[in-house]
Amino acid sequence: MTNVLELRGITKRFPGVLANDKIDITLREGKILALLGENGAGKSTLMNILYGLYKPDEGNIFIRGKEVDIHGPNDAIAQGIGMVHQHFMLVPVMTVTENVMLGIEPTKNGIFLDKEKVAKSIREISDQYGLEVDPHAYIKDLPVGIQQRVEIIKVLYRHADILILDEPTAVLTPQEVEGLFKIIATLIKAGKSIIFITHKLKEVLAVADDITVLRLGQVVGSIDPKKATSEILATMMVGRDVNLVVQKQPAKPGAPVLVVENLYVRDERQHMTVQGVSFDVRKGEVLGVAGVQGNGQTELVYALTGLLPLETGTIRLLNEPIRHTTPRNILERGVAHIPEDRQRHGLILSFPIHDNMVLCTYYKPPFAKGISMQEKPIFSNAEELVSQYDVRTPSIYVNAGNLSGGNQQKVIVAREFSRPIEVLIASQPTRGLDVGSIEYIHSQIIKKRDEGTGVLLVSSELDEILALSDRIAVMYKGQIMAIVDAKKATKEQLGLLMAGVHPSDTSNKN
Amino acid sequence: MQNPNTLISSAIERRKRISYGFVLLAVGLFIYLLFGLNTQAGVSTTFGLNLAGSQALKVSDLVVPALPVVYAMALIVVFAGAYQLARGVRNTSWLIGILAFTFVVSFLMWAAQDKSFNLTGMLSSSLVRATPIALAALCGVISERSAVINIGIEGIMLMSAQAAVIAASLTGNLYIGLFAALFIGGLVAALHAYLVIRFKVDQVVSGVAINIFGTGVTSFISSRFLQSAGANLNNSGTFPIISIPVLSKIPVLGPVLFENNLVIYLTILLVIVMHIMLFYTPWGLRTRAVGEHPKAADTLGVNVYLTRYVNVILGGVIAGLGGAYFTIGSVGRFDEIMTSGKGFIGLAAMIFGNWNPIGAYTSSLIFGFADSLQVKLQILRVPIPSEFLLMAPYIVTMIILTGVVGRATPPAADGEAYEK
Repeated sequence: MTNVLELRGITKRFPGVLANDKIDITLREGKILALLGENGAGKSTLMNILYGLYKPDEGNIFIRGKEVDIHGPNDAIAQGIGMVHQHFMLVPVMTVTENVMLGIEPTKNGIFLDKEKVAKSIREISDQYGLEVDPHAYIKDLPVGIQQRVEIIKVLYRHADILILDEPTAVLTPQEVEGLFKIIATLIKAGKSIIFITHKLKEVLAVADDITVLRLGQVVGSIDPKKATSEILATMMVGRDVNLVVQKQPAKPGAPVLVVENLYVRDERQHMTVQGVSFDVRKGEVLGVAGVQGNGQTELVYALTGLLPLETGTIRLLNEPIRHTTPRNILERGVAHIPEDRQRHGLILSFPIHDNMVLCTYYKPPFAKGISMQEKPIFSNAEELVSQYDVRTPSIYVNAGNLSGGNQQKVIVAREFSRPIEVLIASQPTRGLDVGSIEYIHSQIIKKRDEGTGVLLVSSELDEILALSDRIAVMYKGQIMAIVDAKKATKEQLGLLMAGVHPSDTSNKN
Repeated sequence: MQNPNTLISSAIERRKRISYGFVLLAVGLFIYLLFGLNTQAGVSTTFGLNLAGSQALKVSDLVVPALPVVYAMALIVVFAGAYQLARGVRNTSWLIGILAFTFVVSFLMWAAQDKSFNLTGMLSSSLVRATPIALAALCGVISERSAVINIGIEGIMLMSAQAAVIAASLTGNLYIGLFAALFIGGLVAALHAYLVIRFKVDQVVSGVAINIFGTGVTSFISSRFLQSAGANLNNSGTFPIISIPVLSKIPVLGPVLFENNLVIYLTILLVIVMHIMLFYTPWGLRTRAVGEHPKAADTLGVNVYLTRYVNVILGGVIAGLGGAYFTIGSVGRFDEIMTSGKGFIGLAAMIFGNWNPIGAYTSSLIFGFADSLQVKLQILRVPIPSEFLLMAPYIVTMIILTGVVGRATPPAADGEAYEK
């Protein structure tokens, strides 16, 4: 058994950060190496070095035992390395064929693009690996799962035999993940070697032949998947024991606090992305909204928080309708909002922590007196919240932008929870956070629920939805497919709903 | 149960259908009230179809009764409006076409009643006046397709125009003048590219700086050297009219399309070449990819920075040709700020043409038409103050930029610097 790829002593420094610290990894021929680590552990940096997008400060790359220099994607492609990026590198307004040929375009008469030749190659690759796709379809019309196939075809068209898959399952439904695993199996059978980057423990155990765990830019260790368990891997990833299960009591739901009826919302491009959504959130319960990203969840939350106007339909907050009002008015009526994009909508990164802590309340006493801001109460408020919510920071005068993702999220949670609230709208509250912070945010959300707040939790992580929710609504193409009891819900059932299929439909067919 | 999706979209369709219908009806009424009631009964309007000095075969002029045609136009619009209200058409651009056509025709009937109006002359001058706008638009298309906004086209054209006239006057050779214009255009665009690609200067700021610099430096050279030196530096002559054999003999079409000078032929050729290049060659595919998703292009080994340099500089060369039009292509001398906003109108034409070479050229023709119409109307002594007539091309620009007539989508990464 030969090693197709070896990285030795790779080190990469960014200003103020040691992203990769003397990393060694080995990929065996025809095997799947899982690279496991939290966000910020240095996995993506390492792969970008291998693909030539970054230059390493130190270290060597060996392919089939021979040292190689990789200065750019072209070198990597020439060495047979192909990468499927986490955020797809596809041009939406172009066809599959155009995307595949970009960069190595065959021509007729040396001038004109030969699209037919490429389309033919795509069909051959499709047949060989079971990657069905229409070469003349536009990327923007394809669902995410198919787009991922196009990415894989792009790599295979360039004759890659080492494939890097960067967080390939992040945007897929459970069924699409199954499909991807089948494709991976076909690729391995055809003699390809694969590096599979992820932070999801179960996937690693399902597919990997070897596992290497990274933490804070260093290799923590490698482990045989047969001997590994989720708990062992989580401990390696985080560096301490973690509690993977959220502890909670059964909910005691009360009267509805947020009622949405037949809501239609247009996004900024005037597309109707929320189409007739109805649900209610009751006092003291968590309503989870599951769904693949981009099915209208973002616009739903924007409409609920006043950031987008409603097209039609009603939203009632504590029995008072919301329409033509401002986000401030909604916040003052008892809504807390943990936004999806914490860096753009949750915080002002260039402001210090103490100012970020009063973004919702700065105009009211005790933080303001007339037109002047009151420093003392603002500072003492921040000191109090920082210690209460365990924000790890040298001081409250540090800019929010200098905090880690987990601590930024804690600042938002502290700010929102320090006001009297009736409804909590949390959108992707743990995206990109380390396991420790996730644990903390989850426990805080459950604590609020138990205090009688109605919680609307929007998340594309099915595990998170299942762990926290009391009822689960599944969104697909702007509509709610079904609202199910979380105790009875299964991953398979939710996965089908997320793909737009009612489980009863499939049973009828059989 | 009916799908709520189709319900809501049909509601939107209905609203759109009704509003279009009412607009058409209102325009019909407007044509009747404004032009119908103010046109004398029994007089006719003469449209001249021959151009003085042209090689084309002579045809008799078109004489039409003014009032019946105005009424017919009003009826057509009203009928279209009524049909739209009752049934609705899928493609609303037809309606806009009908609206514009009937309005312009009845306007001309009214304006030129009992007079003669040279139609061929106006179409010919539309094409000529569209040329600098089209070249500015093509410059915009080629740079923005690679995601670099070049708002400095106006300044580039001014500097090229001056360079052309000085070089041509000094050497007595118009082709050296043309080369000077292309060179200066490319050079200034290269500076823009260097600033926005290498140093990631805000693209609009850099463009505005080029405009201010262009206006200042050309005005300074003009008043300091050209005025005093007079004929020696600022009298170049212009490219001669080239009549294409046989084709130029066709009545109306001949004088409009086949009796023009080099710059105008080059522009038409450029539109076709650029369209083919952009959509059927590897260069075009890479350019569009860089403009839509530079990171994707980069990961496939396409050099994003190089592509942008090439496109912005090529765009500058095209704007240089546009500059050359102003001096050695039309009047043979340089006047201060003689581009009078054509570079900006070109950017509007680019947007209206949806960042396509052919679309950009078509919309440039609309602007050229508005421009030449206003000149003809001044000659006809229409009872509208000339200041208002002068506004025509700019008003058309503003209407188009509001997005009333179809909304265009720019390249996704337009205006953004690329960070590796």
